[in-house]
Amino acid sequence: MTELPLDPIAIDVGSLVKRTVTSLYSHLVTRPTGRAVRMAIENQLAGVGERSLSMIDLSEVTILDFSCADEVVAKLLQRYLEVDAHEAFFVFCGVHEPHRDQIQVVLERQKLAAVAETGEGSFELLGVPGDDEREAWNRLEEQGMVGSDEVLSMYPEQGERDALDRIVERRLAFRSPISGRYHALSRLVQHLL
Amino acid sequence: MNVLSVPASLDHQTVDELLDSAVRAPEERTMFDARHLRWVDPNGMVALLTAGSIARDRQGVMPHLELPESSDVIGYLGRMGFFQEAEKIFEFDDRASRRAGGPSDVLLEITPIQANHDVHEVVDRVQSRAGAVLATKLGYPASSVVQFSVILSEVCQNILEHAESPGWVAAQAYNWARRLGRFVVVISVMDLGRGFRGSLMDEHSARYGDRWGDATALEAAFLHGLTRFPDSGRGQGIQQIRRQVQRWNGAITIRSGTARIGQVPEWDDTPPLVDGLAPCPGSQISIILPAKV
Repeated sequence: MTELPLDPIAIDVGSLVKRTVTSLYSHLVTRPTGRAVRMAIENQLAGVGERSLSMIDLSEVTILDFSCADEVVAKLLQRYLEVDAHEAFFVFCGVHEPHRDQIQVVLERQKLAAVAETGEGSFELLGVPGDDEREAWNRLEEQGMVGSDEVLSMYPEQGERDALDRIVERRLAFRSPISGRYHALSRLVQHLL
Repeated sequence: MNVLSVPASLDHQTVDELLDSAVRAPEERTMFDARHLRWVDPNGMVALLTAGSIARDRQGVMPHLELPESSDVIGYLGRMGFFQEAEKIFEFDDRASRRAGGPSDVLLEITPIQANHDVHEVVDRVQSRAGAVLATKLGYPASSVVQFSVILSEVCQNILEHAESPGWVAAQAYNWARRLGRFVVVISVMDLGRGFRGSLMDEHSARYGDRWGDATALEAAFLHGLTRFPDSGRGQGIQQIRRQVQRWNGAITIRSGTARIGQVPEWDDTPPLVDGLAPCPGSQISIILPAKV
């Protein structure tokens, strides 16, 4: 078994929109369109086993409205945080300034957080992570990976280690069940960018 | 025949008068007398279609529309696509309207909203035009075309998701030289559906008890983001439209039934809440975005 029992996949939302609605543009607008795109993503994930990491690429999307952001970001995350769902991790790429507000609003409304590439190669947490979770995530993001033997030195306080575990629970970071290492999601999708 | 005079200036300040008259009109066939119409904006045009539809539905016969005498107004109505929609509602002398049209600088012609793909079409259509208008006339940044499109998308979806009835949207830029001393973009969205009170009644009326009515339903949706859907992801559309309109120092008002609620900036003297209007079906939304100072 490998260190990382997941094979990251890239999902181009722009081309999913064009397949879903007849449009010259990749506009992710209206709730039915968002729902159709979310279901198309869920279909792609249905056959990938019990664990997955998906890079949801929004870079070709011109307009993203709140209804679609709710479906394609918030509801997608919620669906896979349910107890009986498969363990799915997501990184939202190509979250440019015009999309950012819509994504932040829908995540806040549902009390969710997500890893997003908001500038070229620059990642941040959107939504509502706790302050300690954001700090734990930032340290992991800076490091890329934290081995189980490094956890105590990097996260000396119990509260910091709890926050690290919480970001794994919230699927904002990945912990290998083989080695116990913590991985920043951004590094796991780097080869797809 | 019942004669209903269309105000000479038909815009967001006078549409209530027209809609109230249409709702209160007697059962006999109505003639809308627009001969003296000199000025009309998207709110006025869409309200005229709405008022005509109310009369048609109540009286069971197409009302007559006496067209404006001004050839400029006729031409403008033609360029805004008014006559394509009006011919489904009114009986009128189409000789004048056939001559209308010509080159257009319209931001968004009157567009019927009946299905999801209509919203896509609206968003597609404004892409090429809105960028230039927002940048050159309003002085907004290039990226504002995205927020503008999101506003249009959300406001049109309000028709599909809550009204359960068709409606129209239209938008145009104007130089409000005397009124405000700068350019504005006016967006109008109206439908003939069940209105906010009807949409929210099953889920929320009980908690308001005797206070439940058009004004409280509008307050619930407009101020508190309530929606008939139990899903907590719903109800954001109007909230976020309000927020964006406020960022641009714009005005938004929504009439539904007997009430009108608004978020108005300091340059607009529209009262924030009006009640006691005639019980007009559906909802009528007006958004005015002024040029950056």
